[in-house]
Amino acid sequence: MTKAKTAPKAAPKAAAKTAVKAAKAAPAVKSVDASGDELVFTRPEAMVDRATHYCPGCHHGIAHRLVAELLDEMELTDKTIAASSIGCSVFLYNYIKADTVESPHGRAPAVATGIKRARPDKFVFTYQGDGDLASIGMAEIMHAANRGERITVVFVNNTVYGMTGGQMAPTTLIGQRTTTCPGGRCKDREGAPIRMAEIIAQLGGVAFCARGSLDSVKNIRQAKKYMRKAFEAQTTGQGFGFIELLAGCPTNWRMTPVAANKRITDEMIPYFPLGVYKDLEADGTCGSMIAPGAAGGEAGGK
Amino acid sequence: MADKKERLFVKGNEAIAMGALAAGCKCFFGYPITPQNDIPEFMSKAMVEAGGEFVQAESEVAAANMLLGAGACGIRAMTSSSSPGMSLKQEAISYMAGSEVPAVIVNMNRGGPGLGDIGPSQGDYFQSTRGGGHGDYRLLVLAPSSAQEAYDMTFDAFDLAFASRNPVLILGDAIIGQMKEPITPREPKKVDPNEGADWRLIGAPVKGKGKRAHRVIKSLFLMDGELAGQNMKLQAKYDAWKKMVDFETFQVKDAELVVVAFGSIGRIAKNAVRSLRAKGKKVGLFRPKTLYPFPEKQLEKLAKEGKRFLTIEHNLGQMVEDVRLSVRKYGDSDLFCVYPGNMPSPDDFEAPILKALGRK
Repeated sequence: MTKAKTAPKAAPKAAAKTAVKAAKAAPAVKSVDASGDELVFTRPEAMVDRATHYCPGCHHGIAHRLVAELLDEMELTDKTIAASSIGCSVFLYNYIKADTVESPHGRAPAVATGIKRARPDKFVFTYQGDGDLASIGMAEIMHAANRGERITVVFVNNTVYGMTGGQMAPTTLIGQRTTTCPGGRCKDREGAPIRMAEIIAQLGGVAFCARGSLDSVKNIRQAKKYMRKAFEAQTTGQGFGFIELLAGCPTNWRMTPVAANKRITDEMIPYFPLGVYKDLEADGTCGSMIAPGAAGGEAGGK
Repeated sequence: MADKKERLFVKGNEAIAMGALAAGCKCFFGYPITPQNDIPEFMSKAMVEAGGEFVQAESEVAAANMLLGAGACGIRAMTSSSSPGMSLKQEAISYMAGSEVPAVIVNMNRGGPGLGDIGPSQGDYFQSTRGGGHGDYRLLVLAPSSAQEAYDMTFDAFDLAFASRNPVLILGDAIIGQMKEPITPREPKKVDPNEGADWRLIGAPVKGKGKRAHRVIKSLFLMDGELAGQNMKLQAKYDAWKKMVDFETFQVKDAELVVVAFGSIGRIAKNAVRSLRAKGKKVGLFRPKTLYPFPEKQLEKLAKEGKRFLTIEHNLGQMVEDVRLSVRKYGDSDLFCVYPGNMPSPDDFEAPILKALGRK
């Protein structure tokens, strides 16, 4: 990971191969910690060295790490401004070394719009949960995506309001018991769970939209590839980038972390299918996008 | 151009937009609502021409949150609305106050409550001067009574917002916004590119040359004593604003009765006072230009001199509470309300002024 960091962003795949070759040729340099033990797995530079407040088995830590690894690898940290959200991930700024604005509940895409319009040369992302993004923030996410704001949205879907104690979310599955649907979510009463990646992909300003999952190593690796594309949608100026991550909340699901992972595999993925929902680059249609502010130019001082 | 100053004949709304443009505003986030539509319409063109950004947001909620994002980056940014829209902006305004983000917000007050009407009103005085959203906070509130004042106050509002790291509110109404008057514009301001350099977000160089810790603009303070500390800091800031009070006085020196009125009503009341002075009545006018901070010491001084007060407002009696608090050691204030939905004229004010003058 620290090797790939030197890869130029224009041709990440080719550069990554070169980096691997270089790593094979060069003599291995061992990292050693304070007690003299060899470090075989290090923290991304964009991540703060501190324990998180997240519960055991929570996937926010993994999602944070993927963000931080990409900030390192794409050399974006020093030009990044993040909009954090409300929920467990409000403390994003305690763990990611990026300048951050704390946004009101659901409003991160609007705050990020303000940031990006004010400083179009910066890398701007939001990090939002399902209560934040798919319920109270539905208007803001839809319109920021539709305008094609050059921002990236990391959407962590764990089917509950975590911070407040496990209430029903717009993504809560049918039959899932929460503290505010104790009898299980009923489609006729509470409506069907909202599939955000599918909805976002329909909007004109979206350049990349995918859903990944954090339930297995294989899926985490795939999710990181999607996240990179969602970052690149912005860095290449194509448009809005969206990555949904299916995540576990063992505490509020009243499950062990292992059982929570199994629930993602067995129950969430069948309802929230993984994959790419929109990829303008692959479709070859990105040339039709019109940049917001194209007539205006840059907003302000650097 | 020094020999002949340029004069423009514009609506108050346009004067506000022009003032913002001249003050170096680079981002405008709007949403349509009467009677302030001239502002976003003007800015949709002006921002593009000035190399800035205009966004017609999906809602007033979103527009105010865009303002939060742009302000946090240290960019001069503005939004405007009218009463029902202002209710929706309060969420972000509270966050901006709590996380000390500078911004300029315009409210062209219309009649309420609810959808009310599209005519003038001063019914948002409490909302404007008491914070408006949740929590303890204040905005600097400026109340213009003419197109020229609307221009000048907006021009100055950006400096005030950045100097105090706080949102500044321009409180006008449908009269100020829709009335056409001549204005003299100012020289466009050269904004310091390093404005806000010690706090703004521009990306954190976390390693190498110029390394610094990443910055967080936030209003959440959960640790023991943290929030109390933040609230004390904010209160100290609001206390320091007291020296910035601004007001107009007219024929006050020998007046027995002082009419206290702000904004458009202050201007209409001035005509009533002028007319009564011509009839030999010892009346004067005190017009607060800053509604927060409120010129309480100045009113107290007048009360100490033995003057009596009549507050005239285009609402059911809001500023009168501040007038009464200001003069409470020495006296009180009568109140005359113009109900929102009615348009007042100077003639309407003469009888209540004479009644208050005659009441010993």
